[in-house]
Amino acid sequence: MRRQRRLARDLWFRFLIYVAAVVALLPLSLVLAYTISNGWRAAMQPDFYLHFERPEGIPGAGVQHAIVGTLELVGMASLLAIPVGIVVGTHLAEYRQHRWATWVRLAGDVLVGTPSIAIGLFAYALLVAPFHHFSALSGAGALAVLMLPVVMRTTEGALLLVPVGLREAGLALGLPRWRVALQLMLRAAAPGVVTGALLAVARAAGETAPLLFTSFGNRRLVFNPAEPMQALPLTVFHNALTPYKDLEDQAWGAALLLVVLVLIVNLASRFALRRQLALAGRGTS
Amino acid sequence: MEQLQAVIQPPALRAVPGATRTKLKVERVSFYYERFKALQDISLEIPERRVTALIGPSGCGKSTLLRIFNRMYDLVPGSRAEGRVILDEATDIVTTHDLLGLRRRVGMVFQRPSPFPMSIYDNVAFAPRLLGWPRRRVEETVERSLRDAALWDEVKDRLKSPGVALSGGQQQRMSIARCLAVNPEVILMDEPASALDPVATLKIEDLMSRLAERYTIVVVTHNMQQAGRVADYTAFMLMDPVQRFGELVEFGPTVELFNRPRDQRTEDYITGRFG
Repeated sequence: MRRQRRLARDLWFRFLIYVAAVVALLPLSLVLAYTISNGWRAAMQPDFYLHFERPEGIPGAGVQHAIVGTLELVGMASLLAIPVGIVVGTHLAEYRQHRWATWVRLAGDVLVGTPSIAIGLFAYALLVAPFHHFSALSGAGALAVLMLPVVMRTTEGALLLVPVGLREAGLALGLPRWRVALQLMLRAAAPGVVTGALLAVARAAGETAPLLFTSFGNRRLVFNPAEPMQALPLTVFHNALTPYKDLEDQAWGAALLLVVLVLIVNLASRFALRRQLALAGRGTS
Repeated sequence: MEQLQAVIQPPALRAVPGATRTKLKVERVSFYYERFKALQDISLEIPERRVTALIGPSGCGKSTLLRIFNRMYDLVPGSRAEGRVILDEATDIVTTHDLLGLRRRVGMVFQRPSPFPMSIYDNVAFAPRLLGWPRRRVEETVERSLRDAALWDEVKDRLKSPGVALSGGQQQRMSIARCLAVNPEVILMDEPASALDPVATLKIEDLMSRLAERYTIVVVTHNMQQAGRVADYTAFMLMDPVQRFGELVEFGPTVELFNRPRDQRTEDYITGRFG
Protein backbone atom coordinates (compact mmCIF):
# COMPACT_ATOMS: atom_id res chain seq x y z
CA MET A 1 0.00 0.00 0.00
CA ARG A 2 2.68 2.46 1.09
CA ARG A 3 4.88 1.28 -1.68
CA GLN A 4 2.19 1.97 -4.21
CA ARG A 5 1.67 5.47 -2.91
CA ARG A 6 5.35 6.07 -3.08
CA LEU A 7 5.48 4.86 -6.67
CA ALA A 8 2.52 7.02 -7.60
CA ARG A 9 4.18 10.02 -6.09
CA ASP A 10 7.38 9.25 -7.94
CA LEU A 11 5.43 9.07 -11.17
CA TRP A 12 3.67 12.35 -10.48
CA PHE A 13 6.87 14.24 -9.79
CA ARG A 14 8.56 12.73 -12.75
CA PHE A 15 5.66 13.98 -14.85
CA LEU A 16 6.04 17.47 -13.38
CA ILE A 17 9.72 17.51 -14.22
CA TYR A 18 9.06 16.56 -17.81
CA VAL A 19 6.40 19.25 -18.08
CA ALA A 20 8.83 21.80 -16.69
CA ALA A 21 11.45 20.75 -19.22
CA VAL A 22 8.99 21.11 -22.07
CA VAL A 23 7.86 24.52 -20.83
CA ALA A 24 11.49 25.62 -20.68
CA LEU A 25 12.23 24.37 -24.18
CA LEU A 26 9.01 25.61 -25.76
CA PRO A 27 9.84 29.31 -26.13
CA LEU A 28 13.25 28.51 -27.56
CA SER A 29 11.89 26.11 -30.14
CA LEU A 30 9.05 28.48 -31.03
CA VAL A 31 11.43 31.37 -31.54
CA LEU A 32 13.73 29.22 -33.63
CA ALA A 33 10.93 27.73 -35.72
CA TYR A 34 9.27 31.07 -36.31
CA THR A 35 12.50 32.78 -37.24
CA ILE A 36 13.49 30.02 -39.61
CA SER A 37 10.12 29.79 -41.32
CA ASN A 38 9.96 33.55 -41.85
CA GLY A 39 13.59 34.20 -42.50
CA TRP A 40 14.75 31.42 -44.75
CA ARG A 41 13.23 32.94 -47.90
CA ALA A 42 15.35 36.08 -47.62
CA ALA A 43 18.34 34.25 -46.25
CA MET A 44 18.47 31.84 -49.19
CA GLN A 45 19.09 34.61 -51.72
CA PRO A 46 22.78 35.14 -52.57
CA ASP A 47 21.97 38.83 -53.00
CA PHE A 48 21.13 38.92 -49.31
CA TYR A 49 24.82 38.56 -48.48
CA LEU A 50 26.29 40.43 -51.43
CA HIS A 51 24.34 43.68 -51.63
CA PHE A 52 23.43 46.42 -49.27
CA GLU A 53 20.06 48.00 -48.73
CA ARG A 54 17.81 49.06 -51.62
CA PRO A 55 14.58 51.02 -51.57
CA GLU A 56 11.47 48.97 -51.12
CA GLY A 57 10.17 47.34 -54.31
CA ILE A 58 13.56 47.08 -55.93
CA PRO A 59 14.77 43.47 -55.91
CA GLY A 60 18.26 42.31 -54.94
CA ALA A 61 18.50 44.10 -51.61
CA GLY A 62 20.77 42.61 -48.96
CA VAL A 63 22.32 43.08 -45.56
CA GLN A 64 25.99 42.87 -46.51
CA HIS A 65 26.59 46.25 -44.91
CA ALA A 66 24.95 45.08 -41.68
CA ILE A 67 27.00 41.88 -41.57
CA VAL A 68 30.22 43.82 -42.05
CA GLY A 69 28.99 46.40 -39.53
CA THR A 70 28.17 43.82 -36.87
CA LEU A 71 31.55 42.14 -37.31
CA GLU A 72 33.36 45.45 -37.11
CA LEU A 73 31.33 46.79 -34.18
CA VAL A 74 31.60 43.61 -32.13
CA GLY A 75 35.25 43.25 -33.10
CA MET A 76 36.11 46.72 -31.86
CA ALA A 77 34.04 46.23 -28.71
CA SER A 78 35.83 42.94 -28.03
CA LEU A 79 39.24 44.55 -28.43
CA LEU A 80 38.21 47.10 -25.84
CA ALA A 81 36.34 44.92 -23.38
CA ILE A 82 37.99 41.51 -23.38
CA PRO A 83 41.57 42.45 -22.39
CA VAL A 84 40.36 44.90 -19.76
CA GLY A 85 37.78 42.43 -18.47
CA ILE A 86 40.35 39.65 -18.17
CA VAL A 87 42.83 41.84 -16.31
CA VAL A 88 40.16 43.17 -13.94
CA GLY A 89 38.78 39.66 -13.39
CA THR A 90 42.28 38.42 -12.57
CA HIS A 91 42.68 41.25 -10.12
CA LEU A 92 39.39 40.31 -8.47
CA ALA A 93 40.41 36.68 -8.10
CA GLU A 94 43.91 37.51 -6.91
CA TYR A 95 42.92 40.15 -4.35
CA ARG A 96 39.67 38.60 -3.32
CA GLN A 97 39.42 40.02 0.17
CA HIS A 98 40.60 43.47 -0.73
CA ARG A 99 38.07 46.27 -0.13
CA TRP A 100 38.72 47.68 -3.58
CA ALA A 101 37.89 44.30 -5.12
CA THR A 102 34.57 44.23 -3.30
CA TRP A 103 33.63 47.56 -4.83
CA VAL A 104 34.73 46.58 -8.30
CA ARG A 105 32.73 43.37 -8.02
CA LEU A 106 29.66 45.31 -6.93
CA ALA A 107 30.10 47.73 -9.81
CA GLY A 108 30.30 44.81 -12.20
CA ASP A 109 27.12 43.29 -10.84
CA VAL A 110 25.28 46.59 -11.16
CA LEU A 111 26.58 47.00 -14.68
CA VAL A 112 25.30 43.54 -15.66
CA GLY A 113 21.85 44.58 -14.52
CA THR A 114 21.90 48.00 -16.17
CA PRO A 115 19.37 48.30 -19.02
CA SER A 116 21.27 48.32 -22.27
CA ILE A 117 19.40 51.37 -23.48
CA ALA A 118 20.81 53.28 -20.51
CA ILE A 119 24.29 52.21 -21.56
CA GLY A 120 23.46 53.45 -25.05
CA LEU A 121 22.43 56.82 -23.65
CA PHE A 122 25.62 57.00 -21.65
CA ALA A 123 27.68 56.34 -24.77
CA TYR A 124 25.62 58.95 -26.62
CA ALA A 125 26.33 61.59 -24.02
CA LEU A 126 30.01 60.72 -23.88
CA LEU A 127 30.95 59.72 -27.41
CA VAL A 128 28.31 61.14 -29.73
CA ALA A 129 27.09 64.49 -28.41
CA PRO A 130 30.54 66.09 -28.06
CA PHE A 131 31.39 65.19 -31.68
CA HIS A 132 28.01 66.14 -33.14
CA HIS A 133 27.62 62.98 -35.18
CA PHE A 134 26.94 59.30 -34.77
CA SER A 135 29.79 56.86 -35.19
CA ALA A 136 30.53 53.15 -35.12
CA LEU A 137 33.19 53.85 -32.52
CA SER A 138 30.62 55.14 -30.05
CA GLY A 139 28.52 52.04 -30.74
CA ALA A 140 31.53 49.83 -30.06
CA GLY A 141 32.10 51.77 -26.85
CA ALA A 142 28.54 51.07 -25.70
CA LEU A 143 28.86 47.37 -26.56
CA ALA A 144 32.19 47.22 -24.73
CA VAL A 145 30.60 48.58 -21.55
CA LEU A 146 27.97 45.89 -21.93
CA MET A 147 30.55 43.13 -22.39
CA LEU A 148 32.99 44.23 -19.72
CA PRO A 149 31.18 42.94 -16.61
CA VAL A 150 30.44 39.60 -18.25
CA VAL A 151 34.08 39.01 -19.15
CA MET A 152 35.18 40.26 -15.77
CA ARG A 153 32.97 38.02 -13.69
CA THR A 154 33.43 34.88 -15.78
CA THR A 155 37.21 35.37 -15.64
CA GLU A 156 37.07 35.71 -11.89
CA GLY A 157 34.84 32.65 -11.60
CA ALA A 158 37.09 30.57 -13.82
CA LEU A 159 40.18 31.55 -11.83
CA LEU A 160 38.54 30.64 -8.55
CA LEU A 161 37.96 27.14 -9.90
CA VAL A 162 41.69 26.56 -10.47
CA PRO A 163 43.08 24.36 -7.67
CA VAL A 164 45.06 26.40 -5.11
CA GLY A 165 47.89 23.91 -5.40
CA LEU A 166 48.76 25.31 -8.80
CA ARG A 167 49.19 28.79 -7.44
CA GLU A 168 51.28 27.60 -4.52
CA ALA A 169 53.45 25.52 -6.83
CA GLY A 170 54.03 28.56 -9.03
CA LEU A 171 54.86 30.85 -6.14
CA ALA A 172 57.12 28.23 -4.55
CA LEU A 173 59.31 28.45 -7.66
CA GLY A 174 60.15 32.01 -6.71
CA LEU A 175 58.04 33.59 -9.42
CA PRO A 176 56.43 36.98 -8.84
CA ARG A 177 52.77 36.97 -8.00
CA TRP A 178 51.65 38.80 -11.13
CA ARG A 179 53.44 36.34 -13.36
CA VAL A 180 51.89 33.40 -11.59
CA ALA A 181 48.48 35.05 -11.94
CA LEU A 182 48.78 36.05 -15.58
CA GLN A 183 50.91 33.27 -17.00
CA LEU A 184 49.97 30.25 -14.93
CA MET A 185 46.57 30.76 -13.37
CA LEU A 186 45.00 32.38 -16.40
CA ARG A 187 46.34 29.62 -18.56
CA ALA A 188 44.76 27.02 -16.33
CA ALA A 189 41.52 28.97 -16.33
CA ALA A 190 41.59 29.55 -20.08
CA PRO A 191 38.56 27.36 -20.90
CA GLY A 192 36.31 29.36 -18.62
CA VAL A 193 37.77 32.66 -19.70
CA VAL A 194 37.30 31.86 -23.39
CA THR A 195 33.74 30.76 -22.77
CA GLY A 196 32.98 33.95 -20.90
CA ALA A 197 34.47 36.09 -23.64
CA LEU A 198 32.51 34.30 -26.34
CA LEU A 199 29.29 34.61 -24.37
CA ALA A 200 29.92 38.32 -24.08
CA VAL A 201 30.55 38.48 -27.83
CA ALA A 202 27.31 36.66 -28.51
CA ARG A 203 25.42 38.99 -26.25
CA ALA A 204 26.92 42.12 -27.80
CA ALA A 205 26.20 40.87 -31.31
CA GLY A 206 22.50 40.66 -30.54
CA GLU A 207 22.07 44.02 -28.85
CA THR A 208 20.04 46.74 -30.52
CA ALA A 209 19.37 49.32 -27.86
CA PRO A 210 22.95 50.50 -27.24
CA LEU A 211 23.38 51.05 -30.99
CA LEU A 212 20.24 53.06 -31.66
CA PHE A 213 21.74 56.45 -30.93
CA THR A 214 25.42 55.64 -31.13
CA SER A 215 26.19 53.65 -34.25
CA PHE A 216 22.75 54.73 -35.49
CA GLY A 217 22.71 52.69 -38.69
CA ASN A 218 23.62 53.24 -42.30
CA ARG A 219 22.06 52.23 -45.59
CA ARG A 220 25.35 51.72 -47.28
CA LEU A 221 28.48 49.71 -46.69
CA VAL A 222 31.06 51.64 -44.66
CA PHE A 223 34.26 50.58 -43.03
CA ASN A 224 35.27 53.84 -41.39
CA PRO A 225 34.57 53.58 -37.65
CA ALA A 226 34.07 57.35 -37.45
CA GLU A 227 30.93 57.07 -39.59
CA PRO A 228 27.52 55.72 -38.62
CA MET A 229 27.40 52.01 -39.25
CA GLN A 230 24.70 49.42 -39.77
CA ALA A 231 24.40 46.28 -37.67
CA LEU A 232 22.17 43.24 -38.00
CA PRO A 233 19.96 44.06 -35.01
CA LEU A 234 19.45 47.57 -36.42
CA THR A 235 18.38 46.07 -39.75
CA VAL A 236 15.85 43.92 -37.94
CA PHE A 237 14.62 46.88 -35.94
CA HIS A 238 14.24 49.33 -38.80
CA ASN A 239 12.93 46.98 -41.45
CA ALA A 240 10.45 45.27 -39.17
CA LEU A 241 8.85 48.65 -38.51
CA THR A 242 8.16 49.31 -42.20
CA PRO A 243 4.88 48.30 -43.82
CA TYR A 244 6.60 46.79 -46.87
CA LYS A 245 6.62 43.06 -47.31
CA ASP A 246 10.06 42.81 -48.90
CA LEU A 247 11.66 44.86 -46.14
CA GLU A 248 9.98 42.74 -43.51
CA ASP A 249 11.40 39.67 -45.20
CA GLN A 250 14.79 41.30 -44.97
CA ALA A 251 14.23 41.83 -41.25
CA TRP A 252 13.37 38.16 -40.77
CA GLY A 253 16.38 37.12 -42.78
CA ALA A 254 18.63 39.33 -40.69
CA ALA A 255 17.12 37.91 -37.49
CA LEU A 256 17.79 34.37 -38.69
CA LEU A 257 21.34 35.25 -39.62
CA LEU A 258 21.88 36.75 -36.18
CA VAL A 259 20.55 33.64 -34.45
CA VAL A 260 22.83 31.46 -36.56
CA LEU A 261 25.85 33.68 -35.81
CA VAL A 262 25.20 33.53 -32.08
CA LEU A 263 24.75 29.78 -32.34
CA ILE A 264 28.08 29.45 -34.11
CA VAL A 265 29.79 31.50 -31.42
CA ASN A 266 28.23 29.36 -28.72
CA LEU A 267 29.28 26.15 -30.42
CA ALA A 268 32.77 27.53 -30.89
CA SER A 269 32.98 28.24 -27.18
CA ARG A 270 31.93 24.68 -26.44
CA PHE A 271 34.60 23.41 -28.74
CA ALA A 272 37.27 25.62 -27.23
CA LEU A 273 36.22 24.52 -23.78
CA ARG A 274 36.53 20.85 -24.61
CA ARG A 275 39.97 21.16 -26.14
CA GLN A 276 41.28 23.24 -23.26
CA LEU A 277 39.84 20.88 -20.68
CA ALA A 278 41.60 17.97 -22.34
CA LEU A 279 44.91 19.78 -22.01
CA ALA A 280 44.20 20.63 -18.41
CA GLY A 281 43.39 16.98 -17.76
CA ARG A 282 39.91 17.52 -16.50
CA GLY A 283 36.79 15.73 -17.66
CA THR A 284 34.65 17.03 -20.49
CA SER A 285 31.34 17.21 -18.75
CA MET B 1 57.28 -7.57 -5.36
CA GLU B 2 60.64 -6.99 -3.80
CA GLN B 3 59.85 -3.34 -3.74
CA LEU B 4 56.54 -3.98 -2.05
CA GLN B 5 58.17 -6.10 0.61
CA ALA B 6 60.58 -3.35 1.32
CA VAL B 7 57.63 -1.15 2.11
CA ILE B 8 56.07 -3.66 4.46
CA GLN B 9 59.28 -4.47 6.29
CA PRO B 10 60.07 -2.64 9.50
CA PRO B 11 62.28 0.37 9.00
CA ALA B 12 65.85 -0.56 8.26
CA LEU B 13 67.55 2.22 10.08
CA ARG B 14 70.32 4.22 8.53
CA ALA B 15 73.67 4.65 10.14
CA VAL B 16 74.43 7.77 12.14
CA PRO B 17 75.23 10.32 9.43
CA GLY B 18 78.49 12.15 9.21
CA ALA B 19 78.25 15.68 10.48
CA THR B 20 77.90 18.58 8.06
CA ARG B 21 77.49 22.26 8.64
CA THR B 22 74.11 23.75 9.53
CA LYS B 23 72.02 24.85 6.57
CA LEU B 24 68.94 26.11 8.40
CA LYS B 25 69.26 27.29 11.96
CA VAL B 26 65.82 27.54 13.55
CA GLU B 27 65.91 29.73 16.64
CA ARG B 28 62.96 29.99 18.99
CA VAL B 29 60.35 30.09 16.27
CA SER B 30 56.73 30.60 17.21
CA PHE B 31 53.91 30.98 14.75
CA TYR B 32 50.48 32.51 14.88
CA TYR B 33 47.33 32.39 12.77
CA GLU B 34 45.62 35.59 13.84
CA ARG B 35 45.65 35.20 17.63
CA PHE B 36 45.89 31.44 17.62
CA LYS B 37 49.35 30.17 18.44
CA ALA B 38 50.21 27.27 16.16
CA LEU B 39 53.87 26.71 17.01
CA GLN B 40 55.67 27.30 20.26
CA ASP B 41 59.31 28.10 20.62
CA ILE B 42 60.95 25.72 18.20
CA SER B 43 64.72 25.48 17.87
CA LEU B 44 66.69 23.03 15.78
CA GLU B 45 69.58 22.94 13.34
CA ILE B 46 68.99 21.34 9.97
CA PRO B 47 72.25 20.03 8.52
CA GLU B 48 73.34 20.64 4.95
CA ARG B 49 73.05 17.88 2.33
CA ARG B 50 71.14 15.54 4.58
CA VAL B 51 67.53 14.44 4.71
CA THR B 52 65.72 15.76 7.75
CA ALA B 53 62.24 14.47 8.50
CA LEU B 54 59.57 16.26 10.51
CA ILE B 55 57.23 13.68 12.00
CA GLY B 56 54.32 13.76 14.38
CA PRO B 57 50.56 13.26 14.50
CA SER B 58 48.11 15.47 12.60
CA GLY B 59 47.85 19.00 13.91
CA CYS B 60 51.31 19.05 15.47
CA GLY B 61 52.40 21.89 13.18
CA LYS B 62 55.00 20.07 11.09
CA SER B 63 53.62 21.42 7.82
CA THR B 64 53.39 24.90 9.32
CA LEU B 65 57.03 24.72 10.33
CA LEU B 66 57.98 23.59 6.82
CA ARG B 67 56.09 26.48 5.28
CA ILE B 68 58.03 28.94 7.38
CA PHE B 69 61.23 27.85 5.64
CA ASN B 70 60.17 29.34 2.30
CA ARG B 71 57.63 31.82 3.62
CA MET B 72 54.68 30.11 1.96
CA TYR B 73 52.69 31.18 5.00
CA ASP B 74 52.72 34.70 3.56
CA LEU B 75 49.79 33.55 1.43
CA VAL B 76 47.64 33.13 4.54
CA PRO B 77 46.33 36.49 5.70
CA GLY B 78 46.81 37.15 9.39
CA SER B 79 49.65 34.69 9.87
CA ARG B 80 52.85 35.71 11.57
CA ALA B 81 56.13 34.09 12.58
CA GLU B 82 58.37 35.04 15.47
CA GLY B 83 61.96 34.06 16.06
CA ARG B 84 64.67 33.50 13.49
CA VAL B 85 65.45 30.98 10.78
CA ILE B 86 68.98 31.58 9.56
CA LEU B 87 69.87 30.26 6.12
CA ASP B 88 73.61 29.67 5.60
CA GLU B 89 74.49 31.65 8.70
CA ALA B 90 73.52 34.82 6.88
CA THR B 91 69.92 35.35 5.78
CA ASP B 92 67.08 35.49 8.28
CA ILE B 93 64.21 33.84 6.43
CA VAL B 94 61.57 35.24 8.77
CA THR B 95 62.44 38.86 8.08
CA THR B 96 63.92 38.81 4.58
CA HIS B 97 62.33 41.06 1.99
CA ASP B 98 63.70 39.11 -0.96
CA LEU B 99 60.89 36.55 -1.06
CA LEU B 100 61.47 35.58 -4.68
CA GLY B 101 65.16 35.01 -4.13
CA LEU B 102 64.43 33.01 -1.00
CA ARG B 103 61.95 30.75 -2.76
CA ARG B 104 64.42 30.10 -5.52
CA ARG B 105 66.97 28.98 -2.95
CA VAL B 106 64.42 27.05 -0.90
CA GLY B 107 62.17 25.09 -3.25
CA MET B 108 59.09 23.13 -2.34
CA VAL B 109 57.31 19.97 -3.43
CA PHE B 110 53.74 19.55 -2.32
CA GLN B 111 51.61 16.65 -1.21
CA ARG B 112 49.50 16.63 -4.34
CA PRO B 113 51.47 16.87 -7.55
CA SER B 114 50.18 19.90 -9.40
CA PRO B 115 51.10 19.61 -13.06
CA PHE B 116 50.83 22.92 -14.86
CA PRO B 117 48.34 22.77 -17.75
CA MET B 118 51.05 22.41 -20.40
CA SER B 119 53.51 19.87 -21.79
CA ILE B 120 56.04 18.00 -19.68
CA TYR B 121 58.83 20.06 -21.22
CA ASP B 122 57.03 23.34 -20.60
CA ASN B 123 56.31 22.35 -17.01
CA VAL B 124 59.99 22.11 -16.22
CA ALA B 125 60.96 25.00 -18.49
CA PHE B 126 58.29 27.30 -17.07
CA ALA B 127 60.28 29.05 -14.36
CA PRO B 128 63.61 29.17 -16.27
CA ARG B 129 61.84 30.83 -19.20
CA LEU B 130 60.14 33.39 -17.00
CA LEU B 131 63.52 34.10 -15.45
CA GLY B 132 64.68 34.99 -18.93
CA TRP B 133 67.33 32.31 -19.35
CA PRO B 134 68.60 31.82 -22.90
CA ARG B 135 67.10 29.01 -24.94
CA ARG B 136 70.11 26.73 -24.81
CA ARG B 137 70.36 27.00 -21.07
CA VAL B 138 66.66 26.26 -20.68
CA GLU B 139 67.02 23.14 -22.81
CA GLU B 140 69.98 21.90 -20.80
CA THR B 141 68.19 22.69 -17.57
CA VAL B 142 65.10 20.70 -18.55
CA GLU B 143 67.14 17.62 -19.40
CA ARG B 144 69.35 17.87 -16.33
CA SER B 145 66.37 18.40 -14.01
CA LEU B 146 64.40 15.51 -15.47
CA ARG B 147 67.46 13.27 -15.20
CA ASP B 148 68.04 14.31 -11.60
CA ALA B 149 64.40 13.62 -10.83
CA ALA B 150 64.78 10.12 -12.33
CA LEU B 151 62.11 10.82 -14.90
CA TRP B 152 64.12 11.49 -18.07
CA ASP B 153 64.19 7.94 -19.39
CA GLU B 154 60.45 7.60 -19.02
CA VAL B 155 59.50 10.83 -20.75
CA LYS B 156 62.33 11.74 -23.12
CA ASP B 157 60.33 10.55 -26.14
CA ARG B 158 57.17 12.42 -25.23
CA LEU B 159 58.31 15.72 -23.81
CA LYS B 160 55.58 17.47 -25.78
CA SER B 161 52.69 15.51 -24.29
CA PRO B 162 50.71 17.13 -21.48
CA GLY B 163 52.00 16.81 -17.94
CA VAL B 164 48.62 15.64 -16.72
CA ALA B 165 48.94 12.51 -18.87
CA LEU B 166 51.62 11.17 -16.51
CA SER B 167 50.87 8.82 -13.62
CA GLY B 168 50.68 10.22 -10.10
CA GLY B 169 54.20 9.15 -9.23
CA GLN B 170 55.58 10.54 -12.47
CA GLN B 171 53.72 13.79 -11.91
CA GLN B 172 55.33 14.07 -8.51
CA ARG B 173 58.78 13.48 -9.98
CA MET B 174 57.98 16.09 -12.61
CA SER B 175 57.13 18.49 -9.77
CA ILE B 176 60.52 17.70 -8.27
CA ALA B 177 62.20 18.32 -11.62
CA ARG B 178 60.38 21.63 -11.89
CA CYS B 179 61.67 22.56 -8.48
CA LEU B 180 65.24 21.48 -9.35
CA ALA B 181 65.18 23.58 -12.51
CA VAL B 182 65.73 26.82 -10.61
CA ASN B 183 68.80 25.41 -8.79
CA PRO B 184 67.56 25.44 -5.20
CA GLU B 185 69.83 24.68 -2.27
CA VAL B 186 67.12 23.40 0.03
CA ILE B 187 64.13 21.29 -1.04
CA LEU B 188 61.12 21.20 1.22
CA MET B 189 58.78 18.27 0.74
CA ASP B 190 55.32 18.25 2.27
CA GLU B 191 54.25 14.62 2.46
CA PRO B 192 55.49 14.10 -1.09
CA ALA B 193 54.46 10.45 -1.28
CA SER B 194 51.26 10.30 0.71
CA ALA B 195 49.08 10.39 -2.42
CA LEU B 196 51.11 7.69 -4.17
CA ASP B 197 51.08 3.90 -4.32
CA PRO B 198 53.88 1.93 -2.59
CA VAL B 199 56.03 1.48 -5.68
CA ALA B 200 55.85 5.14 -6.63
CA THR B 201 56.53 5.98 -2.99
CA LEU B 202 59.72 3.94 -3.01
CA LYS B 203 60.91 5.72 -6.13
CA ILE B 204 60.40 9.09 -4.48
CA GLU B 205 62.23 7.94 -1.36
CA ASP B 206 65.06 6.64 -3.46
CA LEU B 207 65.21 9.95 -5.19
CA MET B 208 65.33 11.83 -1.90
CA SER B 209 68.36 9.89 -0.75
CA ARG B 210 70.15 10.58 -4.00
CA LEU B 211 69.20 14.26 -4.07
CA ALA B 212 70.58 14.62 -0.56
CA GLU B 213 74.07 14.25 -2.02
CA ARG B 214 73.68 17.75 -3.43
CA TYR B 215 70.67 19.34 -1.75
CA THR B 216 69.45 19.84 1.77
CA ILE B 217 66.11 18.09 2.10
CA VAL B 218 63.45 18.65 4.71
CA VAL B 219 60.52 16.30 4.46
CA VAL B 220 57.25 16.28 6.37
CA THR B 221 55.78 12.83 6.73
CA HIS B 222 53.25 11.15 8.94
CA ASN B 223 54.71 7.83 7.94
CA MET B 224 57.33 6.78 10.47
CA GLN B 225 58.65 3.96 8.36
CA GLN B 226 59.33 6.50 5.66
CA ALA B 227 61.22 8.71 8.07
CA GLY B 228 63.19 5.65 9.16
CA ARG B 229 64.05 4.75 5.57
CA VAL B 230 65.04 8.12 4.17
CA ALA B 231 65.87 10.54 6.94
CA ASP B 232 69.31 11.11 8.41
CA TYR B 233 67.80 13.32 11.08
CA THR B 234 64.32 13.35 12.50
CA ALA B 235 62.39 15.92 14.45
CA PHE B 236 59.42 14.65 16.42
CA MET B 237 56.66 17.17 17.06
CA LEU B 238 53.50 17.02 19.14
CA MET B 239 50.53 19.23 19.81
CA ASP B 240 50.37 20.42 23.38
CA PRO B 241 47.16 18.85 24.70
CA VAL B 242 46.16 21.90 26.73
CA GLN B 243 47.33 24.93 24.79
CA ARG B 244 46.93 23.23 21.42
CA PHE B 245 50.11 24.64 19.89
CA GLY B 246 52.70 22.44 18.23
CA GLU B 247 56.06 21.96 19.84
CA LEU B 248 59.28 20.11 19.19
CA VAL B 249 59.66 17.10 21.43
CA GLU B 250 62.91 15.66 20.24
CA PHE B 251 65.39 16.15 17.44
CA GLY B 252 68.40 14.05 16.52
CA PRO B 253 69.88 11.50 14.17
CA THR B 254 67.08 9.21 13.04
CA VAL B 255 68.81 6.09 14.25
CA GLU B 256 69.12 7.48 17.76
CA LEU B 257 65.63 8.90 17.86
CA PHE B 258 64.17 5.57 16.82
CA ASN B 259 66.40 3.32 18.93
CA ARG B 260 67.03 5.36 22.03
CA PRO B 261 64.40 8.05 22.31
CA ARG B 262 65.16 10.39 25.17
CA ASP B 263 61.59 11.47 25.68
CA GLN B 264 58.84 9.15 26.85
CA ARG B 265 56.39 10.73 24.39
CA THR B 266 58.68 9.96 21.47
CA GLU B 267 58.93 6.38 22.55
CA ASP B 268 55.17 6.11 22.87
CA TYR B 269 54.72 7.47 19.40
CA ILE B 270 57.28 5.36 17.59
CA THR B 271 56.23 2.20 19.32
CA GLY B 272 52.65 2.89 18.29
CA ARG B 273 51.32 3.40 21.80
CA PHE B 274 50.34 6.94 21.03
CA GLY B 275 46.71 7.94 20.58
